[in-house]
Amino acid sequence: MSNAANTRISEPQGIDMVFYRIKKNFTSVDPYLTVFGIFLWLFAYWVLCEGLQIWRFSKLPGPVAISKDWFAFEPFQGISIFTQEYYEHIRVSCQRILIAFGLATGLGVPLGLFMGWSRKVRDYVFPIIETLRPIPILAWVPLSILLLPGFEGPVIFLATLASFFVTALNAMLGVDSIDEEYFRAAGCLGSSKWDVFKNVVVPGALPFIFTGLQISIGVAWFSLVAAEMVSGDLGLGYLIVDAYMNNVTVPMVIAMITLGFIGYFSSGCVRALGNKLMAWHVKELAQQGR
Amino acid sequence: MAKKTSKTAKKGEISIKNVTKVYDPTGVNVMAVDNCSMEIAGGEVCMIVGPSGCGKTTLLNSIAGFHSITEGSIHLDGELLCGPGKPKAEQSAERMVVFQHGALFPWKTLQENVAYGPTVQKAMSASEAMDKAGHMLADAGLGSFITKFPGEVSSGMARRAEIVRALINNPKVLLLDEPYRAMDALTKQIMHESLLETYDRTGVTIFFITHDLEEAIFLGDKVHVVTTRPCQLKKTIEVKIPRPRSFETQSSEEFRKLLVEVNDAVHEEAVKAFKAGEREMA
Repeated sequence: MSNAANTRISEPQGIDMVFYRIKKNFTSVDPYLTVFGIFLWLFAYWVLCEGLQIWRFSKLPGPVAISKDWFAFEPFQGISIFTQEYYEHIRVSCQRILIAFGLATGLGVPLGLFMGWSRKVRDYVFPIIETLRPIPILAWVPLSILLLPGFEGPVIFLATLASFFVTALNAMLGVDSIDEEYFRAAGCLGSSKWDVFKNVVVPGALPFIFTGLQISIGVAWFSLVAAEMVSGDLGLGYLIVDAYMNNVTVPMVIAMITLGFIGYFSSGCVRALGNKLMAWHVKELAQQGR
Repeated sequence: MAKKTSKTAKKGEISIKNVTKVYDPTGVNVMAVDNCSMEIAGGEVCMIVGPSGCGKTTLLNSIAGFHSITEGSIHLDGELLCGPGKPKAEQSAERMVVFQHGALFPWKTLQENVAYGPTVQKAMSASEAMDKAGHMLADAGLGSFITKFPGEVSSGMARRAEIVRALINNPKVLLLDEPYRAMDALTKQIMHESLLETYDRTGVTIFFITHDLEEAIFLGDKVHVVTTRPCQLKKTIEVKIPRPRSFETQSSEEFRKLLVEVNDAVHEEAVKAFKAGEREMA
């Protein structure tokens, strides 16, 4: 009896599970829509730039020209998946993002949590943050070059700064969003302040924190590329400006598309980490049919 | 009245003396509780009924230590909780609250929720607490749900788990703020039976706020009807129906008579509250 019940609810394990997921993914309608959408975009792009060569668009490299160079052993304009240089730019940008995003998260999350948790900390810090936050990241460029030596310092500083504000603010709002009753319940149950912080403040703010982190990694890429364009010696942002200056348009577009893919991948990683840490939240949403 | 003595010798006698609470959120004083006095014997089930927004929850919050009081005093077993010179009681595991909307931590499983109290109080090691939590949840009929998160179980189960979370701390007093509001009649029935069973087993003092008059009589030893804002004790009705009570009790003659009595008292206040509301709107 119990055996029969077990086999009925058993789900595929290990490698079977992987196959099952792949099969399920390809038998559902979603991937076809995605693939169709991509082709539609590429086709429109091709028509504008290469097919009809419409005014101004004829100056841009079309999808055929780009893919010819991108996948060539000896690219005409210098950048392809077989050149060392391409990966060097990617590596440098990714490394900077890792440092900047790590710094912004490491500083922003605790600061935001403390701002949300303690009135005092908020009164000290919040007005300053709110004053600095609206200053556009490009306005910080001269100051950061004056302040920090070399190429790396200013670039990382600028990328960190932008995502730091987003992270801190979201963590603070996350604490604000926690229902007062959880604090009361924790108090009743005999929690110390530190227990409340660990068991109510941090987990309660996590959904907001991760929303913030997803935005902040995007903002980090955004400001990193801006910074690399102004002050840099390597990196995808530098590659874009450098290509433009040298009047080679293909590497410019390759760098842009690469940025898109890496950005997508990095926010996907943040999302996956969030879902792993917040199983309760994911299940709660699933229960509501989302 | 047949009352089982609890296993642990605890009393849980609450004495509320001339408590007044004035809120002053926007510069306009609002008197929520006015000179309210109540005596609740140890191990008694005390039901508080009264119109919405009359200050019942304020009273509960003062006992729990969430709010300060303006005047008067509240004692638990002769010890001062709050009173002159000490407006706000300390929060403590001897007075456990079960909240209106449920306050199980959604990020902890039922078992972790129940084990939380003894763990942070360092009354047990983490693994002992988890063991005990598992057993207590199983006793409450939640054995196969201990690893679920509160969002994954029904509201009735969550509420039962919340009461278990309170009871694992061996509280003297259980403070319940309309815990079964918005539950369907069948679930409520099961909740009542489960609470009565728990009460018969532990003999904990229960301070229970409700709008449901049948619930009040079915569960309570005493039903305190309070007035509309500011909250004062209007009438105390003793329920002498013997325990253990079962749901058949609700069709007895005695039960019906008490219901009429309580209803009369509450109705008058509800009308007053309604009229006062109309005046405020005008």
